[in-house]
Amino acid sequence: MKADNIHHPDAARAFLTDRARASWHDQAIWFVRQKRDVQAKQLPEWEELRKLAEQIKAHTLSKLDDYLIQFEENARRNGVTVHFAADAAEHNRIVHQLLAARQVKKLVKSKSMLTEECGLNPYLEERGIEVIDTDLGERIVQLRHEPPSHIVMPAIHLKKEQISELFHEELGTEAGNNDPTYLTHAARANLRQHFLSADAGLTGVNFAIAETGGVVVCTNEGNADLGTALPPLHIASMGIEKIIPKLEHLGVFTRLLARSAIGSPVTTYTSHFHRARPGGEMHIVIVDNGRSDILGNPDFYASLRCIRCGACMNTCPVYRRSSGHSYSYVIPGPIGSTLGPSRDIKKHGSMAFACTTCGSCSNVCPVKINLHEQLILQRKRAFDAGTLKPAKKMGLLAMRFLTQHPALMDAGGKAMRKVVPILPAFVKDGTAWSRPGRDLPEMPEHSFKELYRRRQEDKQ
Amino acid sequence: MKVGLFIPCFVNELYPHVAMATLELLEGYGVDVAYPMEQSCCGQPLANNGDSSGACDAALRFTGVFKDFDYVVAPSGSCVSHVTHHYPWYIADNADFQRLQPRVFEIVEFLQDVLKVDKLPKPVHFPHKVSIHQSCHGLRELHHASPSELMIPYQSRLERILQLVDGIEIGQPERRDECCGFGGTFSVDEADVSVAMGRDRVAQHEATGAEYIVGADPSCLMHMGGIIRHNGRAIRPLHVVEILTGRGGAA
Ligand code: SF4
Repeated sequence: MKADNIHHPDAARAFLTDRARASWHDQAIWFVRQKRDVQAKQLPEWEELRKLAEQIKAHTLSKLDDYLIQFEENARRNGVTVHFAADAAEHNRIVHQLLAARQVKKLVKSKSMLTEECGLNPYLEERGIEVIDTDLGERIVQLRHEPPSHIVMPAIHLKKEQISELFHEELGTEAGNNDPTYLTHAARANLRQHFLSADAGLTGVNFAIAETGGVVVCTNEGNADLGTALPPLHIASMGIEKIIPKLEHLGVFTRLLARSAIGSPVTTYTSHFHRARPGGEMHIVIVDNGRSDILGNPDFYASLRCIRCGACMNTCPVYRRSSGHSYSYVIPGPIGSTLGPSRDIKKHGSMAFACTTCGSCSNVCPVKINLHEQLILQRKRAFDAGTLKPAKKMGLLAMRFLTQHPALMDAGGKAMRKVVPILPAFVKDGTAWSRPGRDLPEMPEHSFKELYRRRQEDKQ
Repeated sequence: MKVGLFIPCFVNELYPHVAMATLELLEGYGVDVAYPMEQSCCGQPLANNGDSSGACDAALRFTGVFKDFDYVVAPSGSCVSHVTHHYPWYIADNADFQRLQPRVFEIVEFLQDVLKVDKLPKPVHFPHKVSIHQSCHGLRELHHASPSELMIPYQSRLERILQLVDGIEIGQPERRDECCGFGGTFSVDEADVSVAMGRDRVAQHEATGAEYIVGADPSCLMHMGGIIRHNGRAIRPLHVVEILTGRGGAA
């Protein structure tokens, strides 16, 4: 779970103090963006696919209640038990009751941002159930007792040396052996024990198909498959927005998902779950947790199209230079910076300002969410909710006034041009503009307005 | 044809020579240009900080000042984009704005799409290598070039217009359209990230071997210029109109 008081500019400043490391982080994630470009370029129909995906999701969201009911009926027909949870607390309660009723001691879990959003792990641990994250990246951050820093690559903020050290302490690997293959094998051997001894498996859901009542889980490690094939109980947790109408729509999304996420043509495993395996049980928990509110908001409902590919993070120049841990909401980067403020504007409003509005995220997004525009619109909510710092608010009100009074704005501009050149260096270097290493612009003698006025006079 | 010159507030104060070059360039093509003195800020800083009431008033003021011109032209992709793409958030129903909106142009757009120029008013010889800085709003909102994220055929307005300059060599930085990190008030709210981005961007432009960074947005050039000066680097930012009017070498 994330700490309660993360303020992006401060956290980013701390992250950037180690320049070499920050630059490594930027390049490691940019590399994934480049891989995405290479894959996307190979499909001549790429932009068509994005459009299709956008339209399918938009259509589904416009009839979400119908499709949810259709999904529920079909899943029940397959023998799956479907639960609806209004919020995180209800989701956690349902999962816990299912586990407690079956005396589950150990739960293996594949990747799920939803359970992170709901705070499921600490909830179950407090109630005596051991939870093992089985995605390698999630396992790493779980062992470090920290939240994921990325929704697809949860441990992307760590270097292999740190992982080697962690595994040495936690799993008893050789000290100083940083070989990724060696470390992966060690983690795999350790996880295998947990798969074999778990009493239940929980997976996330990438797509839920209304027509069939089945759910689709995409992983690269096969951990969702092991986690559901070995223990007798499978719980799948999903947000209400995961629905797509028909099986024939799935291909549009699977073609986009892995290419956008990690720059590979397909995820290694695309697993379809329709019913419990013989002798087992399957439950699906469908969670709202604020999504209906977003659905009802014309400025932000498009954010529910998200398929959690993470491409917007990989392309975001701010994310790459500040890391996921600098964002207050559980989901970082552009999509998190609209979902977070939608959830709690007071707590996460400042995330919407951690953005230059460059718009690269909106362009990579496989479902064409207008991310950078949503962030500007979230700032409106932040302003109206009174979350701006008083000094900033004052500055804006002054700007508002000057905009309506050009003569005063000109006088202010002139004063700035005269005063700045004679300021002592320590004052100039101490401004918010200059402090991190950027000089103030040179101040010209005359404004354009002054020059233009003289030019007009000379003409006459 | 009567063109209203829209000079963004900070360009008026800090980059008067860019404004003058824009004016002279338009006049060089025989265009009748006037600069309305009562203009102020387009309101983008207010809008980008969530002050919708202030942004709305600024939009109404802008519309009032410029509504009677046949065209409005400005040397800043970002400010133009705010008017053409974001004013509708505030004053979509305003009839004056509806008539004005399709007539507001960034200077390069205006030269290429309205005047359809195929040569410069006065021939310009500029025997230098430049690295193109594709500013984000011009790129992704005004479509001045094909953004690297989209799988569409490549084009670039800046490259096309610079081809009218004699002797120029045009280069592109690695990560051809990554943001420089200016971002309006982002540059001070998130000053550390902003400068980190700017440093990387300047280094990428330098790596092309160019002597100049050329762009169509004075704000990005101001930000990179501040980083360049702070670090005593040799590369110089230039607005495209400075080159097109033969002012480039003087900087
Ligand atoms: S918003 Fe778009 S790019 Fe970002 S994670 Fe969601 S689907 Fe991917």
